[in-house]
Amino acid sequence: MSEKKHWFYRKENLPKLWMIQIGILILAVLPEFFIKHEQHLPGSGFTLDTTFGFFAWYGFLTCTAMVICAKFLGIFLKRKDTYYDE
Amino acid sequence: MNEVVSSSFAFPPGLILVLGAFLIPFLKGILRPILLIGLPILALTLVWTLPEGNSVSLPFLDYALSPVHSNPEGRLFATIFLIMAMVGGLYAWKQANTLELTAAFIYAGSAVGVTFAGDLITLFIFWEIMALGSTAVVWAAGTEAAYRASMRYLLVHFLGGVILMAGITAHVMATGDITFTSMKPDSIGKVLILIGFLINAGAPPFSAWIADTYPEASPSGTVFLSAFTTKTAVFALLVGFPGAEILIPIGLYMVFYGIIYALLENDMRRILAYSIVNQVGFMVVAIGIGTSLSLNGASAHAFAHIIYKALLLMSAGSVLMMTGKRKCTDLGGLFQSMPQTALYGIIGALAISAVPFTSGFVTKSLETSAAAYEGMVIVWLMLMAASAGVFLHAGIKFPWFVFFQKDSGLRPPEPPVNMRAAMAIFSFLCIFIGIFPNLLYEILPYPLDYEPYTAGHLVTQFQVLLFAGFAFFALLPLMKRTLTVTLDFDWFYRRFLSVIGTEFSIHTGNFVKKTTDSLLKRLQLLFEKLHMQNGPHGILGNTSPSSSMVLWVAVILVTSLLLYYF
Repeated sequence: MSEKKHWFYRKENLPKLWMIQIGILILAVLPEFFIKHEQHLPGSGFTLDTTFGFFAWYGFLTCTAMVICAKFLGIFLKRKDTYYDE
Repeated sequence: MNEVVSSSFAFPPGLILVLGAFLIPFLKGILRPILLIGLPILALTLVWTLPEGNSVSLPFLDYALSPVHSNPEGRLFATIFLIMAMVGGLYAWKQANTLELTAAFIYAGSAVGVTFAGDLITLFIFWEIMALGSTAVVWAAGTEAAYRASMRYLLVHFLGGVILMAGITAHVMATGDITFTSMKPDSIGKVLILIGFLINAGAPPFSAWIADTYPEASPSGTVFLSAFTTKTAVFALLVGFPGAEILIPIGLYMVFYGIIYALLENDMRRILAYSIVNQVGFMVVAIGIGTSLSLNGASAHAFAHIIYKALLLMSAGSVLMMTGKRKCTDLGGLFQSMPQTALYGIIGALAISAVPFTSGFVTKSLETSAAAYEGMVIVWLMLMAASAGVFLHAGIKFPWFVFFQKDSGLRPPEPPVNMRAAMAIFSFLCIFIGIFPNLLYEILPYPLDYEPYTAGHLVTQFQVLLFAGFAFFALLPLMKRTLTVTLDFDWFYRRFLSVIGTEFSIHTGNFVKKTTDSLLKRLQLLFEKLHMQNGPHGILGNTSPSSSMVLWVAVILVTSLLLYYF
């Protein structure tokens, strides 16, 4: 291909893309300093959701767990995509 | 039976599409899109003018059918089904073949028919027309793979239909009542009805048919398929089994099944098909919770889901049509030459992920809040994790691998204008419902007082989603696409039973050959014996020469002469 690569695909821009993402993540956590979370399940005794950054780490960790779980199940369940064609 | 309300024009709204569909093959040129848009509008008008309750009572055997039964749930689902038929018709108009368009309208019409069914027999009839219509939509793709997939699809749906019919028969025999109304799964009949509904919803173990069949249809066919069958099942569960607790674990299983399988998948439309199971799982959980908030949540989520899932599949269908490729490993970088399709796909992806100011945010949060208000800590935590997982498997994965990822070097043009218009309409609706949720809230089955836009809710939702996105990019090496399929329950009927079947036919074949061989041998022996005795040279069958007859007559004559003399 003769045309120049889109800036999105140029190697030198990769760190910039990561910086933008990390910047956005910091912005998302900032309001934690200003708002007080109310209990989502009033009267249940479950108060973890009112602690600092619960939704941030919960989102990250559960997603990591799901990816790893998928990867693990993939070991047993994956087959070549021509498996059923024979 | 409910009271019959008199009405000036009481006609099942679904039948307008089912019967009108047969006009499609005869109309060409500009008349066809007029019909494709006109029929749903006509039916919509009827949906919203029919009085509440039963408008018609048809005698059938010993029962009175009520094919025109209007209630808030039915109206809501009929409305979104008809909007879907209209915009789907616009998307499919020029590219889909006549068979597909006709089948799709029969399919959509029968789904609407279910939403206006006041009794179980009417429901069953439309339920089965739906199975046939959707099979024809898959067929219309015209490929060998589509034909085979449609046969497997029909197999599962006929099984579901038989179970449903058995349940209805048992229920009617036990109670004598055919009314379709809220039930508890406390008798054999009702349990079978529940199973029949769940099979169409993609519940375990029969979840695989969705990802197996839908992606084999044409680009527009998959869009139609994504909307009706599973959501009709949601409607049936919503009206038939609200608050049935068994639905909560079933729904949670579906939610995570969809995520895990979508994460492992390489085919872009199959990713979205798995995500249907995931989304329907949320609705099934909400129906199981059974409060007015959760039932509103399931209804609203189904409404929003049909729009954004169709939008996602329209965007994937456009990519498939313009590139001829469907695997993530072959795609990437398409945002450069298909920016509009990419934008519409991203809007659909944001909506399914429940990003604030989209339709997913204002509808799915009703369901999670309902679990929270009931104090169901585990269910709530799992639904929150699943919400993050939706962003992971559909919200980022689909647009990332199709439109960004590596540069595949493909530079396809944008799809034709009618397809882009359909995507634009649904993109608009995703955002419009997100910003003005009250318009949707007002037509929900129960009165609703809910404010999705609080500071706390916005902050927490953004945090969950953005950190889920971070997990995606941080774990990107683990997400590397491979040329694989993932085994599922369909392995049992695609492989196991087929191997068993082959073995069975080999063995029975051998047995039959052996027995017929020995039988033939015996018969042959018998015939040989008979031949030996009765054949031309046999002792009993040979012909005697006439000279010997003369000799014997002479002997008899001589003997009688001799006897006469003495």
